[in-house]
Amino acid sequence: MTARAQQLAGALSIKNVTKIYDPEGVHVVAMKDCSFEIAAGEFAVIVGPSGCGKTTLLNAIAGFDTITSGQVFLDGELIASRERQIKPDVERMVVFQNGALFPWKTVMENVIYGPVVQKRMKKQEAVAVALEMLHQVGLNGIENRYPEELSSGVQRRVEILRALINKPKVVMLDEPFRGLDAVAKTVMHEFLMNIFCESPCTMFFITHDLDEAIFLGNKVVIMTTRPAQVKKIVQVTLPWPREHHLLASKIYLDLKREVLEAVHEEAKKAFEAGEREMA
Amino acid sequence: MISRLKAIVTDPHLLRALTGILIFVGLWYLFTAVLNLPRFRLIPSPLAVLKDWFSLTPASGRSIFTKVYYLDIAYSVGRTLAAFGLATVLGVTLGLFMGWSRTLYDFTFPLVEILRPMPPLSWIPLAILILPGVEIAVVYITFIAAFFATVLNTILGVFSIDKNYFLAARCLGSKPKDVFINVVVPGSLPFVFTGLQISMGIAWMSLVAGEIIAGKQGLGYAIYEGYFLYQFEHVISYMFTLGILGYISSALIRATGRKLMAWESSRRGE
Amino acid sequence: MRGFRNIFNVRVLRGFLSIVMFVALWQLVVFIKVPYLENLPYPKDVAVGAVDAAGSKSYWFGWGISLVRIFVGFILAQIIGIPLGLAMGISRTFKDFTFPVFEMLRPVPPIAWIPLAILFWPTREMSIYFLVFVGAFFIVVINVIQGVSNISVSIKWAASSLGARPKDIFWKILVPGSLPSIITGMTVGMGVTWNVLIAAEMIAGQGGLGRMTWEAYTNSNIPFIVVGMVSIGVAGYFCSTLVRWLGEKAMPWKKRF
Repeated sequence: MTARAQQLAGALSIKNVTKIYDPEGVHVVAMKDCSFEIAAGEFAVIVGPSGCGKTTLLNAIAGFDTITSGQVFLDGELIASRERQIKPDVERMVVFQNGALFPWKTVMENVIYGPVVQKRMKKQEAVAVALEMLHQVGLNGIENRYPEELSSGVQRRVEILRALINKPKVVMLDEPFRGLDAVAKTVMHEFLMNIFCESPCTMFFITHDLDEAIFLGNKVVIMTTRPAQVKKIVQVTLPWPREHHLLASKIYLDLKREVLEAVHEEAKKAFEAGEREMA
Repeated sequence: MISRLKAIVTDPHLLRALTGILIFVGLWYLFTAVLNLPRFRLIPSPLAVLKDWFSLTPASGRSIFTKVYYLDIAYSVGRTLAAFGLATVLGVTLGLFMGWSRTLYDFTFPLVEILRPMPPLSWIPLAILILPGVEIAVVYITFIAAFFATVLNTILGVFSIDKNYFLAARCLGSKPKDVFINVVVPGSLPFVFTGLQISMGIAWMSLVAGEIIAGKQGLGYAIYEGYFLYQFEHVISYMFTLGILGYISSALIRATGRKLMAWESSRRGE
Repeated sequence: MRGFRNIFNVRVLRGFLSIVMFVALWQLVVFIKVPYLENLPYPKDVAVGAVDAAGSKSYWFGWGISLVRIFVGFILAQIIGIPLGLAMGISRTFKDFTFPVFEMLRPVPPIAWIPLAILFWPTREMSIYFLVFVGAFFIVVINVIQGVSNISVSIKWAASSLGARPKDIFWKILVPGSLPSIITGMTVGMGVTWNVLIAAEMIAGQGGLGRMTWEAYTNSNIPFIVVGMVSIGVAGYFCSTLVRWLGEKAMPWKKRF
């Protein structure tokens, strides 16, 4: 916890955010009056039924999409409201659900893309930094490979490094480990936790996997079905770095029961709403 | 070495391929030279074609040992290259910008849609009429054919790019120029090259039509001349020449594409 | 109501504007006598020519002749090309024997067949059918082969394990499975076919839209050349739409392709 203690940035404040999609008169309220806070340096995990508007929130914070009303602040600065929408920038980095490494660039070209294109580093400098980062996480010798030659677990790790080399305030991950098998997932969890412990940024992590949520997060935000609101916030006070045997401990199981009950209620509502829509 | 040679010679695929071609040529020979079937009376036999094609003193004056054969090839290849090159430069550029900019797309696509269904060869009379000189008219007809195929496939290529690549590029601090160079151009390449293959095929076809109708030299013109002069051997040998040239040009495009898209090789499982 | 809003949105407006601008530019180019383009007719003359044409019987006769030629050649290409492609896609041995010959003839531009076609077929009409056929045939066969090879092995296995006989696999799996590719081949083939037909009519044909356009050229009736071009475009568009519509009817499981 050395780097973390130094200087934490990336406090997110979400205030009464509402998002209504209205393409050609189809009125869909994706989010209504949603408010919560994420402190600087926190690992926040967002869980909720699928289609509930988690990604909508991510898009608003990242600057990909506008919101209908409410405000989002990053370290006190207004980044999204009805009138104002700050364009995507390097302070808010996104790791995408299906991966968005450029397939036509090698691993190295992908990782150094940010600093070079922002003219923050010379190419050589960036290469040195990237090599160091890859080395630290044990990904040696892949820098000249193309992403599609690598396993999806490695691809995801490279993509996270590509985000972190820019020293963002917030890293947003939209179900990044979906589709990986259980073994690969544990590797990814350890990788992400180590990275998190070393870098002074806030994590905004969307997932369906409750084990993942409690294991990684110190704040689990459970969302309601559409229109999305905060159903419950569970603080996870387990210390970092966490070990996998924690998954069997009593404190963990209690937390899981708490989260599970909240999520299950919403899932049932979502299911019934779905049935209604079908009828 | 010998065992490898043996393996090649006894490879059943090769054997069957050769048998297939032999049957085809054999039937052709049988119908024309031996049985002399009614409708085949005017068609030269494969032997006659080959004799003429590889003769030192061809009756038609056109064989692989005559200068005029290569002059015809040079004319046709030159016209195709000029038209195809121009169509590629203009078509790819326009297609990339049309795919990238919604406004430009909205303004130009309806025009493209209106002009596109017109077969390129329907331009022939107008092109001869308004363009100065036959040479430019033939090149223009070939160009028009290649151009639309290239533009449309390039637009499709830009549309095929996963939206997340654009978002990721913006997150990473790209300016529009950087997005264009790093996402739009490489992302659309696979479709662009499919388009180039198609456009090359159409270009050759239009070239032949243009040369037949308006040309003064070139393979297409020579084929039609051979028809009028009753030199049917060289009509056929020139058809095969066109086929070989078409095959080579599309193989060249494939090779270039493979070279430019090294990342695709893993997807193809190489 | 929603359809109404769609019609008058900004994108349709831009499209409309671009067409208006195109016609205006055309008018301007002729009016100020831009070198070479000054020989173009005014848009107005073309419109008058079009109205004249629409009133004449021979014009519609030309449509009829061209459409018949397209359909005969095109349908022949399907009747011969689809079974051949299926056979080549299913049987490795058959493909080994036939594909090389096929590949030998495929790169020859269809229009280069014109002299030979005239020579071989007893009537002009038949040689034009043949040329149209050549234009579509190779594309159809290539696409059918591709379609068959795209069908995943697991589907065939699933069918066999459900008790399907080879006959069932052919009709219930291979034919519908390669249908998307067949339709793609038909769409592309239709485009090439019109090209070939126009060239064939200009060079060798009697009657038809291509011939009419060519005769307008030899009579120096420039507005009518443009009328002919537009008519050919409309006819080609009509045929492509027909093929697409057929594809949608034949493949209800695919909403769009």
